[in-house]
This record gives sequence, structure tokens and C-alpha cells, in this order.
Amino acid sequence: MEIAIISGKGGTGKSSISAAFATLQNEIVLADCDVDAANLYLLFNPVCDEEYMFISGQKTVINQDKCTACGLCIEYCRFDAIIEKENKVCVVETLCDGCLLCSRVCPYEAIDIVDEDKSRMYAGYFQNGRMVYGRLAPGEENSGKLVNKVREKAKQIAKESGIKNIIIDGPPGIGCSVISTITGVDAVVVVTEPTLSGLHDLKRTLEVTAGFKLQTSVIINKFDINTEIASKIEDYCNQNSIKVMGKLPFDPLIVEAMVNCKSITDYAPDSKISNLIRKTYSKIIAV
Amino acid sequence: MKIAIASGKGGTGKTFISTNLFNVLQKKINISLVDCDAEEPNDREFFTGGVLHHTHIVTQKIPVIKKEKCTYCGKCEKYCNYNAFFFLKEMKMIKVLDELCHGCGACSVACEYGAISEKDDVLGYVNRYTFDTNSALIEARVKVGVYSPVNVIKAAIKETDGFDLVLFDAPPGTACPFIQTVAKADYVVLVTEPTPFGLSDLKQSVDTLKSMNKSYGVIINRAGLGNNDIYDYIEQENIPLLMSVPFDKKIAAIYSNGELLTNLYTDWAAKFNQLYHIIEENYGNSNN
Repeated sequence: MEIAIISGKGGTGKSSISAAFATLQNEIVLADCDVDAANLYLLFNPVCDEEYMFISGQKTVINQDKCTACGLCIEYCRFDAIIEKENKVCVVETLCDGCLLCSRVCPYEAIDIVDEDKSRMYAGYFQNGRMVYGRLAPGEENSGKLVNKVREKAKQIAKESGIKNIIIDGPPGIGCSVISTITGVDAVVVVTEPTLSGLHDLKRTLEVTAGFKLQTSVIINKFDINTEIASKIEDYCNQNSIKVMGKLPFDPLIVEAMVNCKSITDYAPDSKISNLIRKTYSKIIAV
Repeated sequence: MKIAIASGKGGTGKTFISTNLFNVLQKKINISLVDCDAEEPNDREFFTGGVLHHTHIVTQKIPVIKKEKCTYCGKCEKYCNYNAFFFLKEMKMIKVLDELCHGCGACSVACEYGAISEKDDVLGYVNRYTFDTNSALIEARVKVGVYSPVNVIKAAIKETDGFDLVLFDAPPGTACPFIQTVAKADYVVLVTEPTPFGLSDLKQSVDTLKSMNKSYGVIINRAGLGNNDIYDYIEQENIPLLMSVPFDKKIAAIYSNGELLTNLYTDWAAKFNQLYHIIEENYGNSNN
């Protein structure tokens, strides 16, 4: 079973909850698909025996020896990424989308293509099984493609070592990396918080999961910060036939556990919050 | 001056800082706040009094293949660097996968048979809300299901001409949406929290900003939770601490209701005014 934990809004507690779920059993593959800001390796300090380079795309660079400053590339570029400065044509790296059209239209072959090769994927072992995670280099694109790689690797490991469950810690938002995270999983769990922002983002996230016809449920984290909005979220979920699997209170123990590099269920196994998380998890895998 | 309020990690309080800063400054400066978190824009929730002035639909060109002219040569597929063509030569099958297209136009250039025309595809919206103070909230809002928010963010940022001060509420992460936002900023405020996750993501944001030659400072939100590692890090890196907001359930509750702390407490209004002066001072120093 592949379970993806996402949130729409950032900072609702996805990673802390994923970490707890991952340490509730001994045979698990944990995939950190928040490739923009992977964090779970900080908690679990996995021993990684595999490292893969991920080519996230290409950028272009003008070869000034060959360039005649004819300006044809500037005309063709739809991203306004090529400019003329002091009679020299150059590429603005932050605007370049990597479509390579400039290199194709240049009559002088004056535009070189450079691979963006700083992103990585790692696979290895952690205390409760296996772990795969990706790290997208800052500013690089195609986070969705890297997410797909991480998921493929996680599935391959699960198959080879006969592990049943994969937990995916997803990225925030509703863009390509989120779509890649949830496509084809067995269950999506959306972690939300009782703020107006949280509710707004939850609605957009549920629109995405509905579009993919995925089995989706919700966890309301820190529900006691605003019980009124928490009940609004519950009502909204009920109206849309989405199960609320758990309501977790705000508990400073969660941060304490993180500071001590442990999941909450390992750090304070007998605490109220850990019991609630265990109950929530058993409900999710029972479906 | 353009100030981006950003963070690597999500949920550290970017929107909290942006909305409160905008709220205190709009009374005296010709200012706009741009919600660049186009996937999940939230700033509007805090300024329901703003009047929708206009909506600008952001589109992108998507190729349309004219079957009768297509010779199935496959050159368009070869030119496309985004795998947006599904092409089976033997079966004479070619299809555009709209959601993967970036609208670069390479396929149109590739086609020698005039078989590719283009249509507009909606990516999202830029909503402009105005207030009595002449300030504006400009919201980038991507259409649900669209893969990349970058074009919508760019369109929103383009609408900020004519303001003396512009605040960008940036999207989380350090990937392209973040880069597109901070690239246009003169100064970047990084909002973080004193936890290991917050620190790790802060380091990644700082490394990115360094490579972009940006000046920046840090706000620590929910101070008192977590540990002190983050303070050691910013001291060691010589990064200015612009403000510290203590962890307080009362502040969290105010935010959760879509209310502004600076409307409820004058001391906080004063602190956010002060924040702006500190940013101005730091920006001035970093450019000397």
C-alpha cells in the first residue's frame, strides 16, 4: 500500500506525522518527496548506499567567440531570457526555461547546452526499514520528474525486499510535484490546520485529489488552535464525503521530538498525542 | 523598493509577516502586496475589505496539430524539451500533452509543413484588489490542475509598476517559483522557525540567495519553541536578525481567524513599523 501525505498549505505538520507513521512499524519504505525541502533524513540519519544524479533540465550559454550578436535568438525566446548588454548577447539564467529553441535557431551554432546536474536522489536504510529521498538543487526545475524517480525507486525497493507499505512525505502546494506525488497512490492523507488559510488551501487540494479520483482522507492537526474553524473543516469534509481520520491537538512535544531527532511516537510513545497518532494510522491502513 | 518575504520551509509565517507589514505600511506609503504563492494564495483572507478592481487572465500558447497537414515526420517531438508530445510514427499518432507544454514555441519553429497553430490555454489569474488608501493587493492564483505557477507569478509581478514599495509574499521552497519571485526583489526577508527543519531549509535558502547576490535578513517566528541552533547559525553567518516573534497561542489564534495582529495590538503595529525601518537600514548598508 502506497500512502501519500500532503497538505496544500505548508507547515501543517506533514513531515512530523509522516515520521510518526513511518516509525510505527518495522518494515516500511519511507519516500521523502518534498524534494524542494527534504527534511526527514535529518530525523532519521539514514545510511545511504545509493546516490543518483538527476538531470533536472538544460540551460543555454552563449559562446561569445561564435556569437555575431544578430539577435535572432532574442526574437525567438518567449521567456525574455536573452538580452543584449553592451553589444553582447547573454542569457539571463533565472529567466531561461531550458526549451533550447535559441540553440536550434542560431545560424552560427553559438549557443551551448549545459545540463543542470546538481540534483540528487539517495536510497538507503533507516531504523524502521528503507528510505528514499530526493534533493532538488536550488532553482532547478522538474521537481515532478524527480518525485517520480523517488517513487519508482521506493516501489522497486518495496518489491525486491517484500515490504508492503510505502509512506510518502509530499511537498506543499498543488503544482507538478504534488500531482506527481499522488498520481496512482492507494491513499492520500491531507494534513490541514484550523486556520482560514488552512481551510482555503485544503479546498484547493481536495479539488486536485478529486480530479484524480483518489481515495482521500483528512487529518486536522493542531485542531485546538481554533476549534470553530476545526468544526468548519469537519463539516466541509462531511459534505464532500471525505473522512476525517484524526484530530490532533497542538503539542509542544512534537517540536521537542524533532529537536531530539526522533519521531513523536519514538520520543514519547506513551503520550496522549502518540496514542492519537497510532489510532489515526490504524484507521488509515484499515481502509 | 521591492521586498520579498520568503522561506524554504512552508508554514513558517511568510503570510503572517507579509500581511501585517502591508497593513501598517499602507496607511503611509504607496504600497502593493503581491501574493506570489500562486498555488495556495492566502493574503486575500486577511483583507476582505479590498475591492476587486480587475482580473487579468494569464494564458500560455499551446500547439494545435492540423492532422491534414501533418506528415508525421516527428521533428516537433524532437524539438520539444518537455516531452509534451506523444508520438508513434508507425501508427501515425501524434498528440499534444497540454499540461506538459511550457509554450516555448519550439514545435511551431520545427514544423516545416505549417501543421502547427497555437491556441491560448488558461494558466491562472491575477486579481487586483484595491483599498481606500490607494494601495493594492495583487494576487497570483494558478488554476487548479496547472503544473507550474511560474507564468502566473511573473504576470502578477509585472503589475506592480508605479508603487513606491512592493512586498512579495513568496512561495515556499527554493525551486523555480521561489527564484522567479526573489529575482525581482531588492531585499529578501527569510522567515524561519527555531527547529531543525526550519534551520535546514533556512540554510538552503541562504545558499540560494548568496548565489544570486541578494541582500537578506532573517525573522525568527515562534521563538521559544525548538532550540538555539538557528541563533548560532545566523550569528556565525553574520545574517541580521530583523525581528523575533515569540511562540504564543494567542497570536496563532488571531492568525487562524484571518485577523491581523497589528490591528489588535498597537505595540505590534509599532514593531512592524520598526521592522520596515530596520529593513531599509540593512538594505542601505548592504549597498554601501
